[in-house]
Amino acid sequence: MQVTDTTIDNLAHLARLRFNEDEKGSIKKDLQNMIAFVEQLKEIDTTGVEPLLHMSDTENVLRDDVIKGSISREDALKNAPLKDEEFFKVPTVIKK
Amino acid sequence: MFSFQSIKNYQTFLAENSDGCSVAVNHYLSEIEKNKHLNSFLEVFAAEALQSAKELDAKRKAGKPLGKLHGVLIALKDVICYKDHQVSASSKILTNFTSIYNATAVEKLLAEDAIIIGRNNCDEFAMGSSNENSAFGIVKNAIDETRVPGGSSGGSAVAVQAGLSMISLGSDTGGSVRQPADFCGVVGLKPTYGRVSRYGLIAYASSFDQIGIFANTVDDAALVLEIIAGADDFDSTASEQKVPFYSSELKEEKKSYRIAYFKQALEHPGLDKEIASSIQTYIQTLKDAGYIVETVDFDLLNYIVPTYYILTTAEASSNLSRFDGVKYGYRADLNKEDDLTELYKKSRSEGFGKEVQRRILLGTFVLSSGYYDAYFTKAQQVRRMLCDQTKKIFEEYDAIISPTVPTTAFKIGEKSDDPIEMFLADIYTVYANLVGIPGISIPLFKHSNGMPFGLQVMTKHFDELSLLSLSKQMMQLKP
Repeated sequence: MQVTDTTIDNLAHLARLRFNEDEKGSIKKDLQNMIAFVEQLKEIDTTGVEPLLHMSDTENVLRDDVIKGSISREDALKNAPLKDEEFFKVPTVIKK
Repeated sequence: MFSFQSIKNYQTFLAENSDGCSVAVNHYLSEIEKNKHLNSFLEVFAAEALQSAKELDAKRKAGKPLGKLHGVLIALKDVICYKDHQVSASSKILTNFTSIYNATAVEKLLAEDAIIIGRNNCDEFAMGSSNENSAFGIVKNAIDETRVPGGSSGGSAVAVQAGLSMISLGSDTGGSVRQPADFCGVVGLKPTYGRVSRYGLIAYASSFDQIGIFANTVDDAALVLEIIAGADDFDSTASEQKVPFYSSELKEEKKSYRIAYFKQALEHPGLDKEIASSIQTYIQTLKDAGYIVETVDFDLLNYIVPTYYILTTAEASSNLSRFDGVKYGYRADLNKEDDLTELYKKSRSEGFGKEVQRRILLGTFVLSSGYYDAYFTKAQQVRRMLCDQTKKIFEEYDAIISPTVPTTAFKIGEKSDDPIEMFLADIYTVYANLVGIPGISIPLFKHSNGMPFGLQVMTKHFDELSLLSLSKQMMQLKP
């Protein structure tokens, strides 16, 4: 697996990250090494092995559907960097 | 002069001293101040701790019933939420974030009269093995300040090592409690996956994460585990299984435990020769003491770290998507023309440190279309194989022992540039997280370079009682 500038650009976009040209060189090298490292798994024959999806044996943990609040609006907005009384504020998403 | 040996001992002290909690808090505050340069604490809740101590002293005087952790000072790794207090995961992206609720573990500690003394430095988002990835600076090992304390719960390990807190809570996703415990010469316990609720623990990799305990003694760790373990309405992965009274049910007298160790682990080329020979000698000590200790084959050893990195980075890339500069945390300055995507990208790139970004990127890669099956599914299959093999081992044995880390604490700066080399420091610890079993590092040994190192003990799922009992017995055979 060869990591190229395009690979980094695509992944960075998916992860909502950005790397400048300087950083790109080192992140490309690191990612290349990390991928080569994890590729060792290809040596193992996993034919017919069911992937493990959950760690606990418990299934369907159920509880009564009781109405109770979780957090207040005030608390929810407490840590927001930009807000008004009721909402989180973000740049305009609907183009005029 | 106040000195702390164990919780039990401290409780006797409190019974004889009406202002005992205040004396203890004052003692620790001055020790923390004296050791500020170790950078173990990001914040000390001094005024509050003193206030709690006063109230607890009054409670005792009034003859009211006392909690099991009455007056016990506990420090929290900076990934565990404590209502109305800051928590930052040692990241710039959570600058000035205040918890709006308590982690379940914290809630349970407070209900038993514990005093939360402060929050400890760690690797950013618990990603690292040396505590060199914190946005708030490195932490120093108190035994040799040119060396790392290990990570990611480095600050928490040093808090107990240097006598800055009686107990501390960390989190362990791939060894982040056991590895720094090994490097610092203290007890570090990672319970079974699901034994302790993860509610209020900032997530790194949700199928691996578990809150763990640093303590001076196995007994102290047992008592704290008994308090914080158990089912939780807020975390459906927290097990409903009954929590034993670990502290009183600990068995000091020897049972004929059957112990296994992996041949490949002790013969690993990366393992320090002196650590290998100390453990070989200790195995003989165990045999002489009547334990059955046998070698078993474990040919997947070299694959556990790669499996771990695929799965944890995948989970991290998903978990850390919540840090978007909108709901909480760091938000970048925007230009007028910047849109929402730009807000995300700028905030995340400026807010996350290098190692966190590396791991998010690798996680995004293994989950991305075209690579998902080859990497992510493959790792989940290997995880299944590991669990199956482990089950077989525990059909024949009560415990598995291994070194906790292949080397003693390394020098600050020695490995920080090479992610792979750093990954390999986790070779013995990630196994327990991959298969969900409990593990502990107990401080048994001292290296000729002056540094301590531990022995890792693991048992089957939810068998912390055997784990703690055996650990206690092993401590009595300390070389």
